[in-house]
Formats: sequence, C-alpha cells, structure tokens
Amino acid sequence: MTPRLPFHTPGVDLHHLRVITGAQGVAHAMRQIDPDVFPVYPITPQTPIIQTLSQFVADGLCHTHVLDVESEHSAMSAAVGAALAGARTMTATASQGLALMVEVIYLAASLRAPVVIAVGNRALSGPINIHGDHSDAMLARDSGAIQIFAETAEEAYDFTIIGTKLAEHKRILLPVMVGLDGFTITHSAEPVALLPDSAVKDFVGPYAYPSPLLGNQAGTYGPFSMPDSYFDLKYQEIEAVEAALEVFELVAEEFFRLSGRRYQAVEAYRLEDAEAALVMMGSHSGTAKEVVDKMRDQGTRVGLVEIRLYRPFPRHAIEQALAQVPRVAVLDKASSPGTLPPLFLDVAASVANTSKLVSVIYGLGGRDVPMAGLQDILEGVLADRFPPREPGYLFGNKVWHKEGKSWPI
Amino acid sequence: MANIKEMAAHSQIDPRFGSGHSLCRGCGIPSIVRTVLSSIPGPVAVINATSCLEVATTRYPFTAWKIPWMHVAFENSAAVASGVEAAYHALKARGELSEPMTLVVFAGDGGTYDIGLQALSGALERGHRFIYVCYDNEAYMNTGIQRSSATPFGASTTTSPAGRAAMGKPEPRKNIVEIVAAHRIPYVAQAAMSHWQDLSNKVQRAYHAEGPAFLNVLSACPPGWGHEPRDAVRVVRLAVDSGYWPLVEVIEGHWRLSYRPSERVPVMQWLTLQGRFRHLFQPDQEEALEKIQTIIDDEWERMTQRDAQSASWFASEQARRWEVLPTLPDSWEPRLGEPMWEHFRKTPNPA
Repeated sequence: MTPRLPFHTPGVDLHHLRVITGAQGVAHAMRQIDPDVFPVYPITPQTPIIQTLSQFVADGLCHTHVLDVESEHSAMSAAVGAALAGARTMTATASQGLALMVEVIYLAASLRAPVVIAVGNRALSGPINIHGDHSDAMLARDSGAIQIFAETAEEAYDFTIIGTKLAEHKRILLPVMVGLDGFTITHSAEPVALLPDSAVKDFVGPYAYPSPLLGNQAGTYGPFSMPDSYFDLKYQEIEAVEAALEVFELVAEEFFRLSGRRYQAVEAYRLEDAEAALVMMGSHSGTAKEVVDKMRDQGTRVGLVEIRLYRPFPRHAIEQALAQVPRVAVLDKASSPGTLPPLFLDVAASVANTSKLVSVIYGLGGRDVPMAGLQDILEGVLADRFPPREPGYLFGNKVWHKEGKSWPI
Repeated sequence: MANIKEMAAHSQIDPRFGSGHSLCRGCGIPSIVRTVLSSIPGPVAVINATSCLEVATTRYPFTAWKIPWMHVAFENSAAVASGVEAAYHALKARGELSEPMTLVVFAGDGGTYDIGLQALSGALERGHRFIYVCYDNEAYMNTGIQRSSATPFGASTTTSPAGRAAMGKPEPRKNIVEIVAAHRIPYVAQAAMSHWQDLSNKVQRAYHAEGPAFLNVLSACPPGWGHEPRDAVRVVRLAVDSGYWPLVEVIEGHWRLSYRPSERVPVMQWLTLQGRFRHLFQPDQEEALEKIQTIIDDEWERMTQRDAQSASWFASEQARRWEVLPTLPDSWEPRLGEPMWEHFRKTPNPA
C-alpha cells in the first residue's frame, strides 16, 4: 500500500513542510493572504485559528486588523460591513457561533459579501458538546454560502487560499465556508506543505470589490425588497452559487499549477469495478480510504466518493461517479430528525436509481469512527443487510438499525 | 454653529437625504435625519438598522439616499459600523481614500434599547469612531406599535394594551443615556426633533468627538402615539418642556442640561394630546397619573443635581474645547454644486 501523505505531491518544496495543526494551517494561509479585517469571537475548536493569527499580527508578520467583537453575530455583521466597504475580510467560527452567525450569513450571500469563514465543524448543542460533526455546517446549508470540506490539515490550508480566490471571483462574490472537522483536523498536527508567501499573495491578488461602499459618491446597499423584486434578486444569488461549480474547477486548476495539488469537487477513490461505495465528506474520508485499501487488498471491490464541495452540490459529478456502482452507503455526520439526513438527500437527488442508496449516520458529537465500523458499513451494503429509506447508526464497530430493537448502549 | 439657513442651503446644494420616501405625515424621522446630515461637514456614510427609516426610504429599486448607505439587519447596525470603520482605516492606510469620512448610524429605539443593545455596547467599548443616532419613538412602530423598553410607563401599545384589567405598560422606560454614558465614551446626548438647533449643535459636537458619540433623539409617531400629524412638533416640545425628555449632554463623563424650560409645564399637558395615554383619564386612574408626574420629577431632580455638580468642569479650559463649533463665514452664500463642507474646510476648527 502506498502511503497517502498530503505532502507527497510532485513539485513541492520540502523546505516549506511544517508539522502543524489544521487550525495553524488556516492561520498560516490567512497570514499569507493578509486580509484587511478579521472580526472574531472565540469558540472551541476554532479558537487556535484566531489565536495564531492574532500572534502573527502581534509579531508584525501581517497587517490584519483583528477586530475582537462581542459575539459571532457581530463578527459576521462587521465582516459584511468591512467586505462591502472595500476591505478583504475573513472570520472563523464553529457550532453555536456559526448558529449565531447564520442570520447574517444569509445576508452576506444576498449582499454578495465575499467573506471567507473558517469553520471548525463541531456538534450543535444540545446537549452541549465541543467535538466534531457536521451539524453546524448543515444549519448554513441553504444560506447561499459556498461550503468546502477539508480532509486534512493540508487541505484546510489549501482551501483557505482557494476559498479566498473563489469568494472574490467576479462571477461569485459570495461567502465561502471552509470546513475543517473539530479536533480531528483543527487540533491534530500533520505535515503541511506551505507555499511561499509571495506565491499565495500573487495567487489571490489584491482585493477588488466592484463598487465598494467607501469611495462611492452614493449607493444603497441592502434595500427593502417587496414581492415584485425579491424573487428576481434571489434568483441572481442562486445563479452565482451555481456558477461556483465551474469557477471552483477553474480556481482549483490554477492552484494545481501553483502547488501540484489537484482538487476536485468530487473525488472518486478506487471506484473502478466497485460493487459498493461510501459517500462522505470531511476528515473521516481519510479513514475510509484506509478501509477501502485494506478491503481491496483482501479482494473486496469497494470504493469511496469524497465530496469536497458541498455547496453548490456537484450533482452531475456525483451522478457520474456513482453511475456504475450498484450499492452505495451515504454517510452523514449530521442528522435531520424525522427524515433522512442532509447529505443522503442531496445524493438521492443526484442519482437516477435511488434504490441502491442506504443512509448511515455516524460520528455525532465526535463519536469515534473506527476502521472496523466503516468496514461493517461496506460489508452490510454488499450483503444487502440494510433496510431502504431508514437511516442506520454507526456505533463503534457496528451499524445499528432500529427495527424494533432497543438502543444499543 | 450652523443656523437654519445654512442647514436648509446645505440640504439644497449637497442633498444627502431626498424626498419621495414613504414615511408618515408628521413622522419625526425625516427631519431628524436631515438635521443630522446637514450638520456634518465632509462626506458621510450611513449604516441603518432595520426600521421605519430603512423600510420607507429604500424600497427597491428606489432610494431616498444620495450618499453611501447600508442596511444589513435589525440588531447589528453598530457591529456593521465597526466593520466599515475598520475597513475605512485599512483603505486609508493603503492610500485608497483621500478624504476623511464620517460614519453615522441610524436606528430606532427597538434596534438600540432592545435587540441592538449588545452590538452597541460592544462597539462603544471598542471605541469605533461613529455617530450613533437613535431616533426614539418609544415603541416598535414599524411592526405596528408594540411596546419596547423605551415605551414609557402607562402607555398603551398593541402588546401592552390598556383594558379593563390593565392600564398600559406597567414598567417605566429604560434610561439608555445612562447606559451609554456608563461606557465612558467621549460624547453622549439626548435631543428632540422639536429643538433642531440644539440637535444640530449636538451633532457637531459628536462630529468632533474622537471616539464613539451617541445621540438619543425623541421622534414623534402620530399613528403610534395617537395624535394629529400637525401636532408632532407640539407634542415633542411638551415632552421637553414638561421635563419628561430632558435635553442633556454627557461630555467626557460630565452631565449638563443643554436646555432648561423657563417653567416646567405639568406633564398632563403632554399626556392629554396623545391617544396612547387616553385610558389614564378614565376615573380611578389618578394614581397612575401621579406616578408619571413623580417619575418625571425625580428624574428632573437627578438631572439638575448632575448639572450643578458639573458646573465647575464646564467652566474649565477642558470644556471650552467642546464649545468651539465650525462656523461658516458671514459672507457665505450657497452656490449650486458647491458642497458646504468645502467651506468648513476653509475655516478650520481653532481647537
């Protein structure tokens, strides 16, 4: 088995290789991009991002104005104000903080504020929990923000850079959320290949918001819209979000030429001749790749579809990737009580034959996701063990379905 | 100081807030907005909270604003202003902005006293330089006259209605000026739409404050208060003359009354003009009326004491700086296409 380490990419200058956490990776990307304004409010597990960048500023390594506001709601509000006023703006949050921001994230999308938001994905309360899952991101699912999920610290670094260019692209001008799983990525140190500072600066270029608030003679930003105009304005926003499917590819291609690291909205991992596949996003895709490799070594034909661009949802790429796979388990690190979970529904809306899909909810509140558990999912799918239209729940090494049974733990 | 001729000329030749908006007859907001904007030299950008002002002036695709204006949401105008101010400094440092710009926030009492209080407090503590103007019409008028924490004791609103078992809002109003002054910002003031010269002077002091400045301005709301639109100024003037709405300033922490009625009129005169207090004139409501007069008397007493305590400071050299206001030369005549602030720049503030 070939080691799949993030720095094993051709053309990378090993002198820039550092062993850092995902949070530090994001902070390094921010230092290199050097945003003008960084309105922030602390929340675990995002805090190391804002601490690290604040230290970079204190050490004179970048010129960012760190605006320590009194809530995430105000952080996002200040970010919208700054971005529209004509300053490059970033922020970071997680969980309850993102929940508090969500009202303003909708507005940021509508006002076309290209704010990059690093999200240390963490479970939503309650009960209160500080560990990683995707329930916070799902709260912003329909906000009009673009969402990218990182698998590793390296990707968290790379997507912060890609996300900035994507957010500010003239066809997009939308907030971009870069998701890095709480603790699994934010706090785990891994080798990360940093690009040279000047290369990052050149890649993102100067912030050039069309027609900013300041420096304008007059302009009305955020007017009141009645039924005769709301739908039309909303359609423009939807169109911009959809355009990100194409622009993400362009920016990722440009980033590949710079870094040697290629990213796709959807990664098909060992899907050729696969009889079963997992679909998932975030850090546990790395674990799943290990499981796929191991089962393949044992002669079981399985594969993985890793989704990196979650909004806009790459429907055609998913359809294409899964076209030849007869059995698929969609893994959600979030729930939607009373129906099937969000990623499952997105995938189900993208494939022609939904009867081949089953749903598994895993890792809520940072619950451990062992390799044996992911293997059990694949084996269960291969054996047609799982009922349709009912979510399974991954507890430890086994998938559990209700079917009249009592709670397993 | 700018006189009414200058302000009127200013709004003619350098219009910032146009006509054609859909605010009600007798509403105090447009005259407050015009007085504030006409008293500020140089370019201005406005951040507006969700409110009557926002809804009635920017129905897409129309706008009454002839200057940069932004609205994001209800509770966050002070936070949005913080971000804009930070962006302003970043752009200035890069040399992308040549002229200084004044940032003005307009919000109603709901957006200031209630849902926006946290964002306001945070922005004041951080010391962003902007002029925050709360136009206070003492209830949520935009949504249909619901009580806010600015609604006075005894007022009937749609969520604190008077009825057989209730006499309107049972709690007295929140004192936002004291709350804001507790942040120790350079300049805090309370003004009223009826006293435009006082308001204009206060805006100019706020303009010179090196840090956040806050103005709480009483604004009549004929449908919400239940009076004839033509009585708007009269009602607000009585609020001031009865002592219900003292015109105060808190300069560097020192309180003073900027206007003292020669004789305080009984509050009854103010109450009787307004439908929201009509139920208090039913039999058996004498107690409530007395309580209102007592609240006002106590407050007035507190204000006059504070005013007396600060007298020596206001006579000091430090206070004198605040008396210096930009003045236009006597010879100045408005000319089309020539913004008034050009003249302010030619006559620099001696301080």
